[in-house]
Amino acid sequence: MFLRTALLVLKKDVSVEVKSLEIVFTTLFFAISCVLIFSFALVGPDGEAIDKAMVPSAILWIAVAFAGVLGLGRAFERERYGETLKALLLAPAPRPAIYVGKLLGILLLLFMTELVLVPTIAFVFDAPLFDRVLLLAGLLVAGNIGFAAVGTLFAAMLVRSGSREIMLPILLYPITIPVLIAGVRGTSALLSADPSVPAATMWLSVLLSFDVVFVTLALWTFEPLMTE
Amino acid sequence: MTVDFDRVELSEVSRHFGRRRAVTRVSIAVSRGDILGLLGPNGAGKSTLIAMLSTLVVPSSGRILYGRQSASDGGAALRSRIGLLAHELHLYPELSARHNLEFFARLYGLEPGRVVPAALESASLSDRADDAVAGFSRGMRQRLGLERALLHNPRLVLFDEPFTGLDDRSVNVVADRLKHLASAGTIVVVATHDLDLAEGLVTRVAVVRDGKLICDEPASKGLRSQYRALVGHA
Repeated sequence: MFLRTALLVLKKDVSVEVKSLEIVFTTLFFAISCVLIFSFALVGPDGEAIDKAMVPSAILWIAVAFAGVLGLGRAFERERYGETLKALLLAPAPRPAIYVGKLLGILLLLFMTELVLVPTIAFVFDAPLFDRVLLLAGLLVAGNIGFAAVGTLFAAMLVRSGSREIMLPILLYPITIPVLIAGVRGTSALLSADPSVPAATMWLSVLLSFDVVFVTLALWTFEPLMTE
Repeated sequence: MTVDFDRVELSEVSRHFGRRRAVTRVSIAVSRGDILGLLGPNGAGKSTLIAMLSTLVVPSSGRILYGRQSASDGGAALRSRIGLLAHELHLYPELSARHNLEFFARLYGLEPGRVVPAALESASLSDRADDAVAGFSRGMRQRLGLERALLHNPRLVLFDEPFTGLDDRSVNVVADRLKHLASAGTIVVVATHDLDLAEGLVTRVAVVRDGKLICDEPASKGLRSQYRALVGHA
């Protein structure tokens, strides 16, 4: 009876999954996302594994990328539950303002996460993350804005999609790879044995350029993309 | 800029989602004081029509005029005159009833202190105003959702299956509110497949089937037999 029930449940699960393939795709794409994110963060431009001193910066930005996707998904799940996003779009408020409100919420969430994340990584890896705290904060703020600007737009677009959990990382990670690379390289420049402020500042300017382009694009496209 | 209108008119409106035709060449007009019952079986295109009337979905072809304005002409000012209550009630379950209403009041540029207490009173929820909506029954949520949709005194009120899951008392509350709105000059459109509830409530009947309008006439007694003759079963 025990085995029969177990097999019955397994058969049901397989039948459901064969029809939707949702769990297969979700886990597969999560695994591929992990490989991509880790490869961009942990492998240098020469194809060699990064220096040990760069590992804390790689871990920091990988954590930001994963936390960001998780936060984006949850933030829009709330709007999906009671279809409140429709109510927001129906209101006589400027629709880009709704986008900016959601973006600010995601940024607040990321900043709060990093308030815990940065000291934790500094402690666990004995990394001098607080030696040039203003530049690090600048890199994180600029990186968060770029990541969240694209993520908020995609998460809003996907709110009605049944496969949003799969589609969000698929769409988001490839486009935000420049953010991840610039964040890792900029932070690594601050953590290396011979810290380079000019290099960190250069990567910060890359992040700020990304922010300007993608925030502008998102504000421009949010309304037409949200109208069915 | 304020927008007002006495009539909403759909002319040859169609909406396709990919290759699926949800609504095909529907022409219909509804005026102040009307309660238009948009009737039809599940999947007939009622919700798509409601979504297009609400401006959330753009017609693939044809046009919708609110008075003399289209949705794109009217923009935010036009949206401020439309209220929508769908099966999903557009409420945040984690927030209290008061907090939900205050949020939507501010979103519509209203002073919460002026409109929220009255809305809570109308929903008979003054004593539960500070409780989270998640703990409310379906009927309580529906009453709150109704007041949320009406906070800004809209000219056009759209209801998509407003009676689903309600007990008799809540049905009567919602139905009375609809009649009151229509008598005050609001244009009311109710999409439902519940003929018993539509009978005696709606003043006009539009029946849709497979995305097409097959009947548009004043409501009369014997709605069920009228519907059965058109759709084939009821």
